[in-house]
Amino acid sequence: MSNYDPVEVTPLHADELARMRDDALDAIKAARDLDELKQVRLAHAGDRSPIALANREIGALPPAARADAGKRIGGARKAVAEALAERQAQLEAERDERVLVEETVDVTLPWDRAPRGARHPLTTLQERVADAFVAMGYEVAEGPELEGEWFNFDALNISPDHPARSEHDTFFVESVESGKVLRTQTSPVQIRALLGRSLPVYVVSPGKVFRTDELDATHTPVFHQVEGLAIDEGLTMAHLKGTLDRFAEVMFGEGITTRFRPNYFPFTEPSAEMDLKCFVCRGASATPGNPPCRTCKSEGWIEWGGCGMVNPRVLVACGVDPARYSGFAFGMGIERTLMFRHNVEDMRDMVEGDVRFTLPFGMEV
Amino acid sequence: MKVPLSWLREYVDLPAVTAHEVADALTRAGLKLEAITSYGHDIKNVVVGEVLSIEELSGFKKPIRHCQVEVGEAAPREIVCGATNFQAGDRVPVALPGAVLPGGFEIASRKTYGRLSDGMICSEAELGVAESSPGILVLSPGTPIGVDVVELLGLRDDVIELEITPDVGYALSVRGVAREAATAFGVPFRDPADITPPDGSGPAHPASIADPSACDRFVLREVRGFDPAAESPLWLRVRLARAGVRPVSLAVDVTNYVMLELGQPLHAFDAATLTGEIVVRRAEPGETLETLDHVVRALHPEDVLITDGSGVISMAGTMGGLKTEISGETTDIVIEAAHFSPSGVARMSRRHNLVSEASKRFERGVDRELPLYASWKAARLLAELGGGTIQPGVTHAEAEVEPVRVAMPSGHPGRVAGIPYDRETVVRRLEQVGCTVQAGGAAPAGGIAARLAVTGDDMLTVTPPSWRPDLTDPNDLAEEVIRLEGYEKLPSVLPAAPAGAGLTEGQRLRRRVGRALAGAGYVEVLAYPFMGERDLDALQLPAGDERRLAVRLANPLSEDEPLMRTTLLPGLLRTLVRNAGRGFADLTLFETGLVYRPDRDAPATAPVLGVDRRPTAEELASIESALPAQPVRVAAVLAGEFERSGWWGGGRTASWADAIEAARVVAREAGVELSVRADRHEPWHPGRCAALYAGDVLVGHAGELHPRVIEAYGLPPRTAAMELELTRLEPLSAGPVQVSSISAYPVATQDVALVVASATPVAEVEAALREGAGDLLESIRLFDVYTGAQAGEGNKSLAYTLRFRAADRTLTAEETTAARDAAVALAAERTGARLRGA
Repeated sequence: MSNYDPVEVTPLHADELARMRDDALDAIKAARDLDELKQVRLAHAGDRSPIALANREIGALPPAARADAGKRIGGARKAVAEALAERQAQLEAERDERVLVEETVDVTLPWDRAPRGARHPLTTLQERVADAFVAMGYEVAEGPELEGEWFNFDALNISPDHPARSEHDTFFVESVESGKVLRTQTSPVQIRALLGRSLPVYVVSPGKVFRTDELDATHTPVFHQVEGLAIDEGLTMAHLKGTLDRFAEVMFGEGITTRFRPNYFPFTEPSAEMDLKCFVCRGASATPGNPPCRTCKSEGWIEWGGCGMVNPRVLVACGVDPARYSGFAFGMGIERTLMFRHNVEDMRDMVEGDVRFTLPFGMEV
Repeated sequence: MKVPLSWLREYVDLPAVTAHEVADALTRAGLKLEAITSYGHDIKNVVVGEVLSIEELSGFKKPIRHCQVEVGEAAPREIVCGATNFQAGDRVPVALPGAVLPGGFEIASRKTYGRLSDGMICSEAELGVAESSPGILVLSPGTPIGVDVVELLGLRDDVIELEITPDVGYALSVRGVAREAATAFGVPFRDPADITPPDGSGPAHPASIADPSACDRFVLREVRGFDPAAESPLWLRVRLARAGVRPVSLAVDVTNYVMLELGQPLHAFDAATLTGEIVVRRAEPGETLETLDHVVRALHPEDVLITDGSGVISMAGTMGGLKTEISGETTDIVIEAAHFSPSGVARMSRRHNLVSEASKRFERGVDRELPLYASWKAARLLAELGGGTIQPGVTHAEAEVEPVRVAMPSGHPGRVAGIPYDRETVVRRLEQVGCTVQAGGAAPAGGIAARLAVTGDDMLTVTPPSWRPDLTDPNDLAEEVIRLEGYEKLPSVLPAAPAGAGLTEGQRLRRRVGRALAGAGYVEVLAYPFMGERDLDALQLPAGDERRLAVRLANPLSEDEPLMRTTLLPGLLRTLVRNAGRGFADLTLFETGLVYRPDRDAPATAPVLGVDRRPTAEELASIESALPAQPVRVAAVLAGEFERSGWWGGGRTASWADAIEAARVVAREAGVELSVRADRHEPWHPGRCAALYAGDVLVGHAGELHPRVIEAYGLPPRTAAMELELTRLEPLSAGPVQVSSISAYPVATQDVALVVASATPVAEVEAALREGAGDLLESIRLFDVYTGAQAGEGNKSLAYTLRFRAADRTLTAEETTAARDAAVALAAERTGARLRGA
């Protein structure tokens, strides 16, 4: 059996260990940057650090004392490691702060390097209108802009003597006898839909139309309309009203008030004009004494579009039996809608293609 | 139609409502309010006075009178007056101090011309009843002194202006509007045509109808001994003026008055100028007429004419002839009241570009029963106001007209409206319109009426009144019931449409293209689709270019632009120039729209088919084949800096390459990869023009514009453009993207620099590399083009990065090198490329 020499091992004294630990903590605290901290780490937590050296002495202790000493050393090491980590994080944060501040730029500098584009609001408004009806189950129907007179007039019950069929209103192609015109309305698409689709038919058709008006603040020879047509069994004026009420809500928000008043169109009978209660003044400007309203010109109502029950004569011309089917049609001017929805005062702004007009609309309207 | 409320109240017992309330009710019935004009509400303190004495003042530039005027007060007023058309003893309107005249003009006592003027003697103009007046208004001798002039003369009135739709001609009369107002307020209506002319004793003047298709009723009456100097009384002039008709002379004013009241246009001839029998007929070849407006008009064989032994004397219902016009010497007047063919008058009025108050009414339909009554009313007024005597007898020529009867079930209006109306309501409303309603009835047997027939329980046979020729179909009657019951009472019911298929692929594509181009920095424009030969020349299109074959308008707005565009570029270029002129140098614009491409072999005319049945497929095809092709195109133009210069450094000028990229942006949305080939195609620069292909199909062009095009349009230098035919591109879409699995193995990159002849298109080199590299090639990218000395004279060096990757393994160096060598070998074989430095 070997004989132990029960000598005192100084470094393992509790006081001595506390001193080593405090020396380390002081040095950590004193480290001014990450380099100094690295030196401190070597000196106080490295293999040759006083605490590491003290740890080697444990073996020399009598077995009964080893556990105590081990505990003390472990405590000291933990305290030093924690302080190092904390100081490391602190110094790194300080360094980052310093470096990133040096990289500061002026974020208020302008940037318009890439060209900015936009879609024309007349296009996006047509799409928005179409979407409102597609959501109700309609499909979008199309037809040619240069159209047969029969489609544009006769089939729509517009008699050969109707004033619209003169050169004062209609662009004729080649000659007035050619039977070909630039369509004056999107209604011929109704005829094409009735001839080309199977019943029932629910279609909406936005598009370009032409009339021989000179361009001024309120007229343009080329403009856009959106037309709707529904032909089914049992459709009534109440359904027409319900459809347009829903449409008005989609376009102008809940609570918009509409009004039907009798009007005349050859292709609908009965016919109506749909007015919107002005969504700006809510109709108040029509009462004398109230402030005037630019949107409705103080009429309280905005004439929005024409509508009615499809004239049975139109159905007959398309081979649809009016005894079984009925339906409604409606049409609105897109320019007009844009004018009052977006406060456009001059029609010319919509047709000239000035980028200042179009850019603010972006991708949607 | 302007209707003074006072006139309306003569025939309908309106309750105490304002003009606005009346107008609102009429608007709800379909006569839309245009404007209300108030008269006389601002006039106060104007009374009748008697001029007691007149002292002429001298020493002034114009005659000035100082008058003593009795106005029913304790003492007469002294008033200075500049007019001279009155004498002592005349009764005149006097504005007392404190009075207000139209326009807020206030009258006060004042010193003038050295005298006190304690009021003003008024003219018609000053009272607001005439636009101008030569002197003051002298009232009739018995007018009581001191009474209120506004009350006396009926100066206070409101005029309701209504927009009358073209189907209801009868509403172009006080009679028609009064009937609607009576129905709207549920009060009695007194028909102004409800008068009883004496039984005739033979014709007033010989007349006949030669063409019953032109006129089915022709009535003449004669007034003799008319005083041509007689003037229209004030009340008549005021009414006409407020109804928007300028007073002219008593004879003319009376015919206008009766027309406004009843809706029957009348014409007055000077009997002394008539020779022989009056005949209504169409024009004969070569006939002319000098009309009241002193225009000699060459007549058309279809024109409807009034003629006598001397020839044509009037264009029926449109404008009278100068020769037979009522003049300042006319004492014997023949009044014509007729019912002319609406389409006959409409066509004549349009042919001669002559729209009159009469033609407007005939075109829209006049009550066929009116001529006897209206002519009597006019004759009586002429006799009363002009001192003539009505000759006994009346000329009355007429052609038989079959009355219209419409059968429908009593439930039909309710089924159209979507809200039930009971039988009693339907019958009552139709009777208010003036219809006769009988129970029972059979559907018509043939023709369009049979196709329009509505059958069912409780059939009614409805005979519309003579003043409503527009009521011919069951739905016309339904509208009458529904509008009188009130459109505002219609329920609002959203129908359940069947499920739709959403937008078509083509519609979705057009939207995507618009968004993609806008996202790429382009601003959409919607230019007019018109162009002129000048554009075709400016675009440098050679003779025979198919874009020169354009649709020509018969009536273009501008003679400079009579053609429909065959390319989108002219409109875009003009818009670009306009924006540049407004100070915008950097411009990127696009348009999507139709072009119109006629076919040389197409039929010249599209037949106008019948409407009593569905056309056959052949008939429809005959229209379609006459219409030009109308494909959808998209085009873009760009000028200035595409990427702008700024504090970050220099920008980048828009170039041919951006134009091609814009085309690629579009093609990408269509799911088509474009291939590019050099081309020479106007209006592009011959060395900077790309033909764009989808596979083998040419879909458009892009590049820099020809300098001559730039000069012709005044474009910024180096303006570039692209144009693609979407209609052609759309069906070439590759369809839904098919995804191959994404390899997680590492990429192997190889760079190669190839030297080729300068003229060799890069696209061919790249295609060869791609094909030669085989399936392992993931992507290829040209990262440099070098044309310096080291590439050799007449050569260029192309530097590519080739990225290789396999789906199932990490590639070895040998594999990638082999693939690269194969790529280079094929490029060498196809294009003569050699590795740089080799």
